[in-house]
Amino acid sequence: MKYIPNPPWVAKDMLKTMGLNSLDDLFSDIKDDLKIKEGLTLPPAMGEMELRSCMKDLALRNISTEDYPCFLGAGAYDRYIPAAVDQLLLRSEFYTAYTPYQPEISQGILQSIFEYQTMICKLTGMDVSNASMYDGGSALAEACNLACNSGKERRKIIISDTVHPEYLEILKAYSLSGRMEVVLVPGREGAADIDAMVAEIDNQTAAAIIQQPNFFGVLENGEKLEQAVHAHKGMFIMAVEPVSLALLKSPGEWGADIAVGEGQPLGCSLSLGGPYLGFFAARRDLMRKIPGRIVGQTTDLDGKRSYVLTLQAREQHIRREKAGSNICSNEALCALAASMYLAFVGEEGLKEIALRSHQLALYAGKQVEEAGLELKYQQPYFMEFAVKVSDPAAANQKLLANGIIGGYQLEDALLLAFTEKRSRAEIDHLAAVLGGKMDE
Amino acid sequence: MNIPKKLLYTKEHEWIKVNGDKGHVGITDYAQHHLGDIVFVELPELDEEVAAGESMGVVESVKAVATLFSPVSGQVMEVNEELEEAPELLNEDPYGNWIAIIELSDQGDLEGLMSADEYKSYCETLE
Amino acid sequence: MSKLIFEKGVKGSNSFRLPSAGLPQPDINHTLPPIFLRHKDTDLPQLSEVEAVRHFTELSKLAYGVDNGFYPLGSCTMKYSPKINEWAARLPGLAALHPYQVPETIQGALQIYYEMQEFLAEITGMDGFTLQPAAGAHGEMVGVMIIKAYHLYQGDRERTKMMVPDSAHGTNPATANMIGFDVIEVKSNQRGLVDLDDLKSKMNKEVAGLMLTNPNTLGLFEEEIQDIAAVVHEAGGLLYYDGANLNGVIGVARPGDMGFDVIHVNLHKTFSTPHGGGGPGAGPVGVKEHLLPFLPKPLVVKEGELYNFDYDRPLSIGKARNFYGNFGVILKAYAYIKALGGEGLKDACQNAVLNANYMRHQLRDDYNIPLDRLCKHEFIINSKKQADPHGISTMDIAKRLIDYGYHPPTVYFPLIISEAMMIEPTETESKERLDDFIAAMKIIAKEAKEAPELLLDAPHNAVIRRVDEVKAARKPVVKWEAP
Repeated sequence: MKYIPNPPWVAKDMLKTMGLNSLDDLFSDIKDDLKIKEGLTLPPAMGEMELRSCMKDLALRNISTEDYPCFLGAGAYDRYIPAAVDQLLLRSEFYTAYTPYQPEISQGILQSIFEYQTMICKLTGMDVSNASMYDGGSALAEACNLACNSGKERRKIIISDTVHPEYLEILKAYSLSGRMEVVLVPGREGAADIDAMVAEIDNQTAAAIIQQPNFFGVLENGEKLEQAVHAHKGMFIMAVEPVSLALLKSPGEWGADIAVGEGQPLGCSLSLGGPYLGFFAARRDLMRKIPGRIVGQTTDLDGKRSYVLTLQAREQHIRREKAGSNICSNEALCALAASMYLAFVGEEGLKEIALRSHQLALYAGKQVEEAGLELKYQQPYFMEFAVKVSDPAAANQKLLANGIIGGYQLEDALLLAFTEKRSRAEIDHLAAVLGGKMDE
Repeated sequence: MNIPKKLLYTKEHEWIKVNGDKGHVGITDYAQHHLGDIVFVELPELDEEVAAGESMGVVESVKAVATLFSPVSGQVMEVNEELEEAPELLNEDPYGNWIAIIELSDQGDLEGLMSADEYKSYCETLE
Repeated sequence: MSKLIFEKGVKGSNSFRLPSAGLPQPDINHTLPPIFLRHKDTDLPQLSEVEAVRHFTELSKLAYGVDNGFYPLGSCTMKYSPKINEWAARLPGLAALHPYQVPETIQGALQIYYEMQEFLAEITGMDGFTLQPAAGAHGEMVGVMIIKAYHLYQGDRERTKMMVPDSAHGTNPATANMIGFDVIEVKSNQRGLVDLDDLKSKMNKEVAGLMLTNPNTLGLFEEEIQDIAAVVHEAGGLLYYDGANLNGVIGVARPGDMGFDVIHVNLHKTFSTPHGGGGPGAGPVGVKEHLLPFLPKPLVVKEGELYNFDYDRPLSIGKARNFYGNFGVILKAYAYIKALGGEGLKDACQNAVLNANYMRHQLRDDYNIPLDRLCKHEFIINSKKQADPHGISTMDIAKRLIDYGYHPPTVYFPLIISEAMMIEPTETESKERLDDFIAAMKIIAKEAKEAPELLLDAPHNAVIRRVDEVKAARKPVVKWEAP
């Protein structure tokens, strides 16, 4: 395939207009020894029909969550996406646009981001939200970066190891900057050891962090941590799961300074881990320090309500080496998907989805216990729990052989997630296989 | 361009008006003009010890940002909180609206600053 | 202006329902301790499906993408995004894969990852790639982390500075700072290229590397790139390639052959994936052999006939994000490379450069072109000829273009050219389209002299007139609040 509209004779005409003879003349500024001689070694070009079968064949070599029921969670959730979301995302005025630098021609994108920011604020109970970040893990790292930049001499990040292990690894990589010192506090019985975290807090502490629900699906009680870190003028940062916020106490209600999280469950397909949506919301007084694009409401020359990228003096294209973050492209289309998702399920729908997930998780907990298995932690959980198995890899193989995509493999357990897409029958099947009541 | 005679100036376009061991600090007409409409002032922290040439705040316009450097060493005695709500005051009257008052710890710092005439010549080299 | 979604709908109009669970409904107040529960309603929109569909359709009509028309946004490579790739990304066998599925269930997806790592290495002349970074700036960050990790591994703790040209994208210095480097700016010379003498005078043992875009942000090829590489390498530094402008050389020359050690490419620019109104993009990072051990984990490897994840990478910088990368974007770029092949990529590059030079040639009588010589995929004009006597600025020209139905080019960048307007046509525009745009630009040049108010007050035909950015920044309103 070629997506070049000019046939060679037109290209020749254009060259002639410029007084040139060949396309090669356009590259006389590149020394010959730098030019590719033999051509690139790539597979031969394909027509659209060939490409279509090629991509279809590759797709058929995977088992998807459309094929088998999926009990994997651990930071990415198999949720139902209303059909209208994908239909509208295909409007190419949205998806073939760039960042809305020119407000007069981009009001649709700008308004959609303004609405997204508002919805994130409503969900998290925070005052301001940015226009999105790469994903939950990098959003958390950026929050820590902000905390370390904003207070003088504050570089200590106190974080529980019950936070998603990949988030912890991302934090470690970001700390190559030399500006943050990550103190990892081991959890107890699957929950953050709040007393141990509080004991670490001092006047060098930039932030203390918990995830809600945590990586193991367990609910964390952040009350004491919030009080202690604020008493030392550090920040309280929460990584939260957005759907559960329909029922669970919001970061704003917990007293968080910054709330971040993985927005994928809000209308983004699983897509093997990306593109996802990092959301980032904060208290109002941090507004001029938060990373990324922000859309603000203003008026045009005629006084008409309109929207524009604002507070740009924070950003890399203006502040350059003094910018708090380097982020430029974000995940705007995923943010748009999230606003669409929230609009289509609505306030009551989101509650229903969250409650169903909780209901199915409780039911599954009971079923696996009845099948003779034991939950790894005896803690309150919302929609995800770890169940003990002697050989998690073997248990997953057995589930797969029975047409089930199993759980996330912990050392001695499977972490299982329950969304509104799962049914009672699927859970019964899962419990029967795990309990050894099904043949391989 | 307005460059009042009785003030002292820095190359980063701050002015200081010294009265005993107290110095009122702000940004010059040149600075406000080049920044354009000022939208936000991040004020220095009260009681903070600052060194001459050290950054103590930020002045932002829509499309630009300038660091506010302290012309002298000393302690921040007072900040102009009015600017938090009305940053445009720096555009309207840059010399009538100071940003911070600093208690000088070393009068010797003043020797490194420019007089109005010197600052005027300096600005001309920038055009 | 459109009503906000929060200003529409009434309580109870939303019709979303789940099927019955066949289980008794739990009371959350009994199943969880009250400390964990929310008190304040989320207060999300309550719209019927049809009204929500109309809302977003209406918003789409107030947006402008490549599919609407010519989008010559310099440095952003707004080429056409082939529709077949959108179709492929929506196949359930690619879209509905959980990132933690065991490798044997995602062999097709891993094949895409593996081959894409190989394709990009071949195209750019590097030895290995990670597909993890989610955007160009994220790629820069991973690249600069790798540079830092490499020097630290060498026991070289003195390299605390990163060099960037004064013409660089803002992300370069911002990235260097984020990873804890002090930034040194290298000057451009009269020809708009890196000033080699300035580079030499600033290069020393404290410099970790130089971040360079080639073709640079003025659309010019850095002709002395081999000398630049030698200066950096002799002093023990590494050379970083910002791939934002790869479309200007792809298929013709390779950054790896020019002496670059680390590179990121923007799949949402050179490789046609749509930009989504701000994202998602993808910014894979490639390195030369000596830097392979520092790439993030995991990489996708081929063991016999099976594809797998390789997490056993002790010197790796770790992870810059969750999971493996923006798969949904990567597979579109993969399909694009498959469709074009090596020759097709070269054709794309040649035609992008042809289009840019043609436009430069056709505009030079009416507009000032500060560096009017052979360019690559983009070039810069400014409003110098229009400035007097009516005070027309580049922004006025940009806004007037909106009236003629075009998305304006990039304006006021790079910073080293005053009143810059950076035009990048890309290869997917026809001569016919370019000629129409050129004609509009010529009319605008005439208007600037004869009817300046048409520019000064532009746009006239857009849904809004120019906005008050000062008001937006002074008293920020960044969310809707119920009246």
